[in-house]
Amino acid sequence: MIIQQLVNGISVGSIYALMATGYALIYSLLGFSNWAHGDIAMVGAYIGFFAITASIFPWWVAFLLAIAGAGVLSLLSERIAYRRIRQNNSPTMFLMIAAMGLSVTIQNAVLVFIGSKFKTYPQILPVKAIEIGGTFIGLIDLISLGVTVVVLGLLFYLIERTKFGLAVKASATNMQVASLLGINVDKYISLVFLLSGSLAGLSGVLLGMKYTVYPQMGNIALKAFIASVFGGLGSVPGAIVGAVVIGLMEVFVAGYVNAGLRDLFTFALLIGVLVVRPTGLFGKSVQDKA
Amino acid sequence: MAGYYEGLLIIVGINIIAVIGVSILTGFTRLFSFGNAAFMAIGAYAGAIISTKLKMPLPIAIIGGMIVSAIIAFLLGKITLGLKGDYFLIATLGFGESVRVIAENWQAVTGGSRGYTGIPMKTDIVVVGISVVIAIFIAWNLLHSKIGRNFQAIREQEVAADAIGVDTAKYKNLAFMISAMYAAWAGVLWGHYYSLVVPSMFNLVKSQELTITVVIGGLGSLSGSILSTIFLTLLPELARAAAEYRMLAYGLAVVLVITLRPNGLMGYKEISLKVIVAWIKALFSKKTAAVGKAE
Repeated sequence: MIIQQLVNGISVGSIYALMATGYALIYSLLGFSNWAHGDIAMVGAYIGFFAITASIFPWWVAFLLAIAGAGVLSLLSERIAYRRIRQNNSPTMFLMIAAMGLSVTIQNAVLVFIGSKFKTYPQILPVKAIEIGGTFIGLIDLISLGVTVVVLGLLFYLIERTKFGLAVKASATNMQVASLLGINVDKYISLVFLLSGSLAGLSGVLLGMKYTVYPQMGNIALKAFIASVFGGLGSVPGAIVGAVVIGLMEVFVAGYVNAGLRDLFTFALLIGVLVVRPTGLFGKSVQDKA
Repeated sequence: MAGYYEGLLIIVGINIIAVIGVSILTGFTRLFSFGNAAFMAIGAYAGAIISTKLKMPLPIAIIGGMIVSAIIAFLLGKITLGLKGDYFLIATLGFGESVRVIAENWQAVTGGSRGYTGIPMKTDIVVVGISVVIAIFIAWNLLHSKIGRNFQAIREQEVAADAIGVDTAKYKNLAFMISAMYAAWAGVLWGHYYSLVVPSMFNLVKSQELTITVVIGGLGSLSGSILSTIFLTLLPELARAAAEYRMLAYGLAVVLVITLRPNGLMGYKEISLKVIVAWIKALFSKKTAAVGKAE
């Protein structure tokens, strides 16, 4: 029974992990919380939904469209809003306000123009549960988990073993010196936003498949933020660990305590982490800058 | 229920009180919080209980709600105010959502998701009008006092403020408590106007609305926040047909303001008689100079 819960928790956590990774990428690079991240995932879910129901594309093309669409939206938001704020030399807090505004805008744009009715993905994959040694795991969950692991593995390779990753890490460490050394920081920031948006789009599609698609589904990114804080803001592996922990905790609280109080426990965990170890599990101990 | 326009003014007044609290916290001390709607809820429930179960008059309910909120804000502040901006924001967000979840589940005290009903309708235009005047008076004097200057010092350069000996932790907590008390005040008035307190009235969206209003009005201008509240509350009412576009317009407005005019409508300036008089004088002197040149 416990193993079943563990499996459920990990599969919930893996979707949070995808979202948390995209969010942590941006935080590690620019030092601000992209509040619009969840809503970009939501847009990805909608694009995937419309692409599949249009029945012109095979399902994997629809997925790619969703991922690309979300990535482009993220890129646009950087180009139009965040870049200008960076160039104005405004405090980082303003980036976050802009993100908050974008989040409200995107959510309500979808609400107004597409409608608030829940939409369900048509069945592309059979809704089956596979039994592995006495525990059941839904086919969709298994595929989500597999996709997450593969994508995160690719991301790891990208960041740690390629020149692109090196440039991103350099910019994250010290943007000014990186640009002095000839790295086109603006370009890499744009690319990271594209990457982060794509990850969001993928998690949106997976979430849409697992649950339903609705304008407020971006609010689930809050769990991703908490996962990031738990794992250490700015640390991608930390975000993944944090996400799995939150997934596990949610499942156990829902199973053994009370499903309605699930979120309360997550927030209590958040406050607890912030009090005991604000830099999170793997976070860098950064002194409060003036 | 009051007449349509009267009701509108009451809502504007209540929102102004809540926004003044957020203005002090965010505009003047640069602490962003997504939990102020939760303090409105706490105040509303506390005030409702004091009114219905203890049968006390409205002012006692207001003060009671403010005290409860202040205590909770003090405790929360002790835990979270040492954190950097982003962390603090997430913590207040978590707090806000937690309060909502607790309110939805604590049937015995709050009536759960169906809400707390049967609150006597004691808020009318006179009560709100007096409240708004007192609220603005207190806020204005607070901000133009040593306390207000300390808030602004923290806003501009916290490290420097610390260096000259301003107890930043104490003043940040004070700002937080004051904003919570204002929110509670607004919450009590709200509950006594609608006769009902429901958890979903005080959710994340409401907190975001409050912050957005302050940003648009100008992070650092009390009169800007007040004007912005009046404008943003009345506009969707006057343009009823576009009601569903309201939040969309809010979001767009924030993005536009923060990218193109980060200081908001009024920036750091306040409406003052001196400025208006000087402006009129300048108009006249230009005219006479132009006339002189033409001759």
